[in-house]
Amino acid sequence: MSDVIRLSAADLAAELAAGQISSVEATRAHLDRIAAVDGDVHAFLHVSDHALEVAADIDRRRAAGEQLGELAGVPLAIKDVLVTTDMPSTSGSKILEGFRSPYDATPVARSRGAGLVPLGKTNMDEFAMGSSTEHSAYGPTHNPWDLDRIPGGSGGGSAAAVAAFEAPLALGSDTGGSIRQPAHVTGTVGVKPTYGGVSRYGSIALASSLDQVGPVARTVLDAALLHDVIGGHDPHDATSLTDAWPSFAAAAREGASGEVLKGLRVGVIRELPDSGFQAGVSASFRASLALLEAHGAEIVEISAPHFEYGVAAYYLILPAEASSNLAKFDSVRFGLRVDVPGGTVEDVMARSRDIGFGDEVKRRIILGTYALSAGYYDAYYGSAQKVRTLIQRDFDAAFAGVDVIATPTAPTTAFRLGEQLDDPLQMYLNDVTTIPVNLAGVPGISIPSGLAEEDGLPVGIQFIAPAREDARLYRVGAALEALLVDSWGGPLLDRAPTLRQAQGPEEGNL
Amino acid sequence: MAKAALMDFDEALERFEPVLGFEVHVELNTETKMFSGAANPAHERNHGAAPNTLVAPVDMGLPGSLPVVNETAVRYSISLGLALGCSIAPSSRFARKNYFYPDLGKNYQISQYDEPIAFGGQIEVELADGTTFDIPIERAHMEEDAGKLTHMGGATGRIQGAEYSLVDYNRAGVPLVEIVTKPIFGAEHRAPELAAAYVRTIRDIVIGLGISEARMERGNLRCDANVSLRPRAAAGEPAAPLGTRTETKNVNSMRSVERAVRYEIQRQAAILAAGGSITQETRHWHEDTGTTSPGRPKSDADDYRYFPEPDLLPVAPSTELIESLRAALPEPPAVRRRRLKGDWGFTDIDFQGVVNAGLLNEVEATVAAGAAPAAARKWWMSEISRIANSDGVEASSLVSPHSVAELQKLVDAGTLTDKLARQVLEGVIAGEGTPQEVVDARGLAVVSDDGALIAAIDEALAAQPDVLAKIRDGKVQAAGAVIGAVMKAMRGQADAARVRELVLERAAG
Amino acid sequence: MRHLGVLARIELDDEEVQRLTGQLSAIVDNIAKVSQVATPDVPATSHPIPLENVFREDVVGDMLTVEQVLQNAPDATEDRFKVTAILGEEQ
Ligand SMILES: [Mg+2]
Ligand SMILES: [Zn+2]
Repeated sequence: MSDVIRLSAADLAAELAAGQISSVEATRAHLDRIAAVDGDVHAFLHVSDHALEVAADIDRRRAAGEQLGELAGVPLAIKDVLVTTDMPSTSGSKILEGFRSPYDATPVARSRGAGLVPLGKTNMDEFAMGSSTEHSAYGPTHNPWDLDRIPGGSGGGSAAAVAAFEAPLALGSDTGGSIRQPAHVTGTVGVKPTYGGVSRYGSIALASSLDQVGPVARTVLDAALLHDVIGGHDPHDATSLTDAWPSFAAAAREGASGEVLKGLRVGVIRELPDSGFQAGVSASFRASLALLEAHGAEIVEISAPHFEYGVAAYYLILPAEASSNLAKFDSVRFGLRVDVPGGTVEDVMARSRDIGFGDEVKRRIILGTYALSAGYYDAYYGSAQKVRTLIQRDFDAAFAGVDVIATPTAPTTAFRLGEQLDDPLQMYLNDVTTIPVNLAGVPGISIPSGLAEEDGLPVGIQFIAPAREDARLYRVGAALEALLVDSWGGPLLDRAPTLRQAQGPEEGNL
Repeated sequence: MAKAALMDFDEALERFEPVLGFEVHVELNTETKMFSGAANPAHERNHGAAPNTLVAPVDMGLPGSLPVVNETAVRYSISLGLALGCSIAPSSRFARKNYFYPDLGKNYQISQYDEPIAFGGQIEVELADGTTFDIPIERAHMEEDAGKLTHMGGATGRIQGAEYSLVDYNRAGVPLVEIVTKPIFGAEHRAPELAAAYVRTIRDIVIGLGISEARMERGNLRCDANVSLRPRAAAGEPAAPLGTRTETKNVNSMRSVERAVRYEIQRQAAILAAGGSITQETRHWHEDTGTTSPGRPKSDADDYRYFPEPDLLPVAPSTELIESLRAALPEPPAVRRRRLKGDWGFTDIDFQGVVNAGLLNEVEATVAAGAAPAAARKWWMSEISRIANSDGVEASSLVSPHSVAELQKLVDAGTLTDKLARQVLEGVIAGEGTPQEVVDARGLAVVSDDGALIAAIDEALAAQPDVLAKIRDGKVQAAGAVIGAVMKAMRGQADAARVRELVLERAAG
Repeated sequence: MRHLGVLARIELDDEEVQRLTGQLSAIVDNIAKVSQVATPDVPATSHPIPLENVFREDVVGDMLTVEQVLQNAPDATEDRFKVTAILGEEQ
């Protein structure tokens, strides 16, 4: 049974459906794994104390002959940005310590409805602000490939959980790369759906016009299966699309056959200079392109002249929206309250927010407040919104000639914890290839492309498709994944170092 | 606080020209709130709800919650915009108005900023003497109400000196339309009266549309009054620039609006005349003292950091929707009054009397039920109003227009004399039934059987032979004594004119 | 900077004011960068996927119980949230 945790979600689901394993067994195996390794990895902020009951219920329903979803009984880790009724939801912040939501986020509710078994809540940069998970108020998450390194961010907890085999699947959220960049540095798969493809209801907002919830997994098919569960129209989110989406799992299965690469036109952006990327990252990227070409794809150079303005626009839009979204944390209705003897409610709010928010959060709130202040709105926020138009036009022009665009997911492999903490600007540049995707609202996927030669750490390749063409990403991603796994002789994660097993608690004691 | 110096109102008007402006907030009576499915406390069904029982996640700004626009609130807002003579924007947007306050769950109010749903209108307002005044409307926009704060401890629920405050989010998210006027010039000494008339007109319009309960005492309709003064220009000189304005809030009755505007004119005039200057500020109206006091300092409030609400999408009503709502608009109050006055043929004084008594609807309904306009007016303005006055109740609550029309029909048919009809009315008001039922039960109908009358007349003539002789001599006025006796014998239930005719007939032999 | 702290309701100490003042320049740099291309003829994109007229039917739903409303309250009494004295007037 020790292999249960290494099964893909699809394979585990098949075994569950065939009755070869119970959900209780699968869930217990993952809880045991969490108990064994999470002391070092720290992917979880909270582990559910009733996951086994939920699993037992699924087993009962299956035994009773109930028609269950494909992923029923499969354990799921949930980024702490998503509110849950049965577990605390903190968004990685001290200001929300112990907060209990009276309602479930839509992606969580849909996961429960499909029979997935929530294992716990995963660590993240506070309010999703960061690319390293070092800005969590509850301490950093460690990269399972090298515990001294960052797991990416903001969704480092979700990526590390699946990379460390603590969960086969996880939910993430991506505002500027928070699903894809952690996938890149942990050798996992992450998808940022088309804006509006997955409901934002119950996702603690960072930047409303950029945020998107998406799947985190170890294989493209697994991500697709989870996307099928959480996606689709939600009347609780006005920006949710009403499109009838195709089955992404079907797209992934179709892609795995490899046929889809014949005649596929893959765009490579001229303006992304090689020099900005770590050598091993560039090399891995080129190798993947060569592999695609060898299997019938056509590599086409495209121009995206406004990509370079993306980061600047992003760091105007994000703080502006965040400063407003985070105003609700004021100590009145929920969250931390720090009393100020003799103070007014204004004093109490200001003191509570000073103590409850971390430095990065306060920095962005102040910058955002400045960017929206009297007289600056047009010049700052308004101008940044214009850059979105220009980037969208770049994408439109590019997609007139190519089917997908490929980029390295991030410029470097996982850096060491603490290495960039004092250099916010460098930290921001980690998202240079992922940010334009959020600005334009188009979908993006990151899949492992190999290891960087110089440090042996994972590298990801990002594919971008036109809005609403998420299925295309699953087809292409699954096709390349199949070729790469074949060339490696097994999944990339098989090459990750073995994690130290802590003395776990007695079985059944969780 | 020290009582502010006030200048005599007439003197203030001699020296300064008042310029007005109004922001009226109308709470819509939709089933649910502006951005959530929580039941709306401004709907009559939900009056008196216990604190925090009408709350959905977004109303209290719960993490992860999102607003979604109420379609009915949009339709109501478009209808109101059209009734205000506004253009409806082909595309309008919501924006966030950011400021911290404990009654604001998200610490921003979702409102509309530079792209309101309705703009550029005009409404006709009628003063008590029937003269009309056009009020220019700048815009009408959709937004959400805030929750309710109750200040505890300290003095009488006032914010000053309170030890703590309690917050109830039931009202948070109630759909509002804010109607903003352009600066209003030329009201002069009628400025206070115009202010009240403007608010009354808005109330009539929203009641006519059925989109709000429009009860000022419940806060369904709230008026912020802007007042500024500018010195009168000497003949031939250009007008002085607009003076600094104050915005008086918390004015929650028609009468208070009038008083608050008068007070601000007198207060500002005194300051300006003494060489002082007006501070641009929000002032609070105090109903008990009839004064205003300075409110929140503007330092925080002048920077709302508006930006387009990223959680919501543009509202772009189709031409078909706008035109269908326009076609369904009720007649504007001023137009309706002009039409009724013409139809009824009343004099200015008679018509204005009905308007000022607030009995226009009743008279109209009575006429619609078949009564002649003059008769309908007479019933409502005299007998019914008299009873209402002495009982201290609304005339409209005493009797239905339909009953009044039925009563008048009985008079017209000769079944009742005016005097009998008044007795029947009393019976109807006392709950004895319809006029016909009262007539039947009390046996009040006029005796129209000539046989019975002739018998009584013959008896009376026989009893008073001297009178008979005088009549036969041509002294017709002597018949009065006989008529009186007959009427008495018939217990008043006879038509005196008919009795007179018959008396003369019988006397002639 | 102090004013920004007041607007954002964050109590900033001197050291924070110092540090954040320095970082405002990052915003200014971003402005400079963005204004190179954000010319008047370019329309702004506030929603990446343009939609309009997304409405909710006027039907009651999503109501919380008082217990749910108050379950995270730092302080509450009489079924309402309790906050310490308020200085300014209501808006
Ligand atoms: Mg206003
Ligand atoms: Zn307003």
